[in-house]
Amino acid sequence: MSARAETLLWLAQRVSAMVLAVVVAVPIGTIIYAVQGGLSAQEIIGRVQGNTGWLAFYGVFVAAVAVHGPIGLRTILREMTPVPARLIDVAAAAFAVLLAWTGWQAAYGLYGFGGA
Amino acid sequence: MGPFGLAGGSRDHPAYWAFAVHRLSGLLLVLFLPAHFYVLSRAIQGAAALDAVLAWTEGPLVKAAEVGLIILLAAHLTGGLRLLAVEFLPWRDWQKTLIAVTAGASLLIGLGFLINVA
Amino acid sequence: MADMASMLDVSVWRGADEGRFVSYPVPRRENQTVLDVVTYVQRRLDATLAYRFSCRVGMCGSCAMTVNGVARWTCRTHVGRVARDGRLRIAPLRNMPVIKDLSVDMAEFFAKAARAKGAFRPTADRTADFAVIAPDSPRRRRADAAIECIGCGVCYASCDVVTWNPDYLGPAALNRAWTLVNDERDGGNRERLAAVAGDAGCHACHSHQSCMERCPKHLNPTESIAGLKRATVLAALTGKL
Repeated sequence: MSARAETLLWLAQRVSAMVLAVVVAVPIGTIIYAVQGGLSAQEIIGRVQGNTGWLAFYGVFVAAVAVHGPIGLRTILREMTPVPARLIDVAAAAFAVLLAWTGWQAAYGLYGFGGA
Repeated sequence: MGPFGLAGGSRDHPAYWAFAVHRLSGLLLVLFLPAHFYVLSRAIQGAAALDAVLAWTEGPLVKAAEVGLIILLAAHLTGGLRLLAVEFLPWRDWQKTLIAVTAGASLLIGLGFLINVA
Repeated sequence: MADMASMLDVSVWRGADEGRFVSYPVPRRENQTVLDVVTYVQRRLDATLAYRFSCRVGMCGSCAMTVNGVARWTCRTHVGRVARDGRLRIAPLRNMPVIKDLSVDMAEFFAKAARAKGAFRPTADRTADFAVIAPDSPRRRRADAAIECIGCGVCYASCDVVTWNPDYLGPAALNRAWTLVNDERDGGNRERLAAVAGDAGCHACHSHQSCMERCPKHLNPTESIAGLKRATVLAALTGKL
C-alpha cells in the first residue's frame, strides 16, 4: 500500500473514531436508561420500529464501526502475528464487509419489523 | 534466548498500560460485534424469537458479561478520546491527568450500568 | 558511610544475540554509577567484556545500556537509584543486533534517520543573505523543542513498535524529521512527508510514550510524531502527498 493510502487509512480510523464517540455515547446512555425495567422485545421494537431517525442513526453507527474495527484489527494482526501483509489486508476488508452486512441486517430488521 | 525475555521494566508506566487496555478492549469489542449484530437481527424473525433471546440474556452469567462489555466499551471510548487529544491537540503534561480521568470515567459508566442491572 | 563489606550482585550479558548472563561480585561504593560498575568488571574481573562509553559525564550518549529492564545512560545512573536490593542486571540496548556483550550495532538506527529524510535540504547558497528566523516563531519553537537529540538510541531501544515492526523508522528518526519539517529554510518537505508517512512511519506510533518516558534529554518524540501525523494528513488531503 502506498504512503498516501496508508495515511488516508489512518485518517479514516481517526475520523470514524470521532463519529463513534458521539454515536456510541448515545446507545450507552440509552442502555443504562432502558435496562432499568428489564428489556423486552416489545420495548425495543416499539422504540425503533418505523422510526427513520433511528434507522439513520444506527446506519451511521454500522458504517463507522465497519471502518474503525477492521482497520484496528489490521494493525493488531500486522504487529502481533506472522501473517503476511497482503493476507491481512484481504481479511480486514472481508471483516469490514461482514460487519457492515450483519450490522445493516440488524438495524433494518428492527426498523422494518413486520409481522408478529 | 536473548537478553530480554519478556522485556519487563521498560513497559512499567501509565501510558503503556493505557495502550494495553485500549488494544485489548478494542480487540474484544470487535470480535464481539458480529455476535451482537446477529442477536439483534433475530428481530426479523419476530417478537417471539427476540424475546427468547432476550430471556437468555437475563441469566446472571450473561448479565455479568454485559457489564464487562460496557466497561470495555467505556474504556475504549475514553482511551480513544485521550489518544485523539494527544494526536490532535498541543497538550503535554496534561496527558497523565487525562489517563486518570479516562480510567475513572470508564469505571463510572460501567458502574452506572451495573446499578441499573442489579 | 560506605560499607566496604557490601557487594553488588551484578549480572552482565555476555555473548551476542545468543548468550547468557554472567554474575560478577562488585564492591559497592558511595556515588557509584552503573558505568563505574561495568568499568570495574572489565578492568578488574574480566578483560574480555566489551562495552561502549566516551565522555562519561552525560553528554555523548555512548554508554546507553539496559539496566534492570530499562534503557538508560549508565554514566548518569546511580547504583543506589536502580539496585534496590543490591542487584543489577545489565544488558545491551534492545531492538539492535548485539555485536558483543554490551555493544550493539547501530547501523540500522542511523540508516532509518537517513530514510526518514532527516538531513537538511538547503534552499539558499553562499551568496544569499542570512536567513532571519524569529526564535519565538511557532515553527522555530516546535523545532527547538525537539532539536537537542544526540542520537543515543535510548528511545529506539524503548519503543515496542520498533520491536514489533522491523520497518518502523522509530522515534529518533521521526523526531529529527519533525525538526526539519518546521525549519523554514529547508526545501525537502515533499519527499520528507512521503518518507515518514505510512505503516513504517509516523502512523505506526501508538503513543505508548515510552520514548518520552526514557529520553535522557527529556524530549518528546510522541509529540513530534503527532505533528508528523497531522502534517502528512494535511498533505494527503491537499494533493501534496
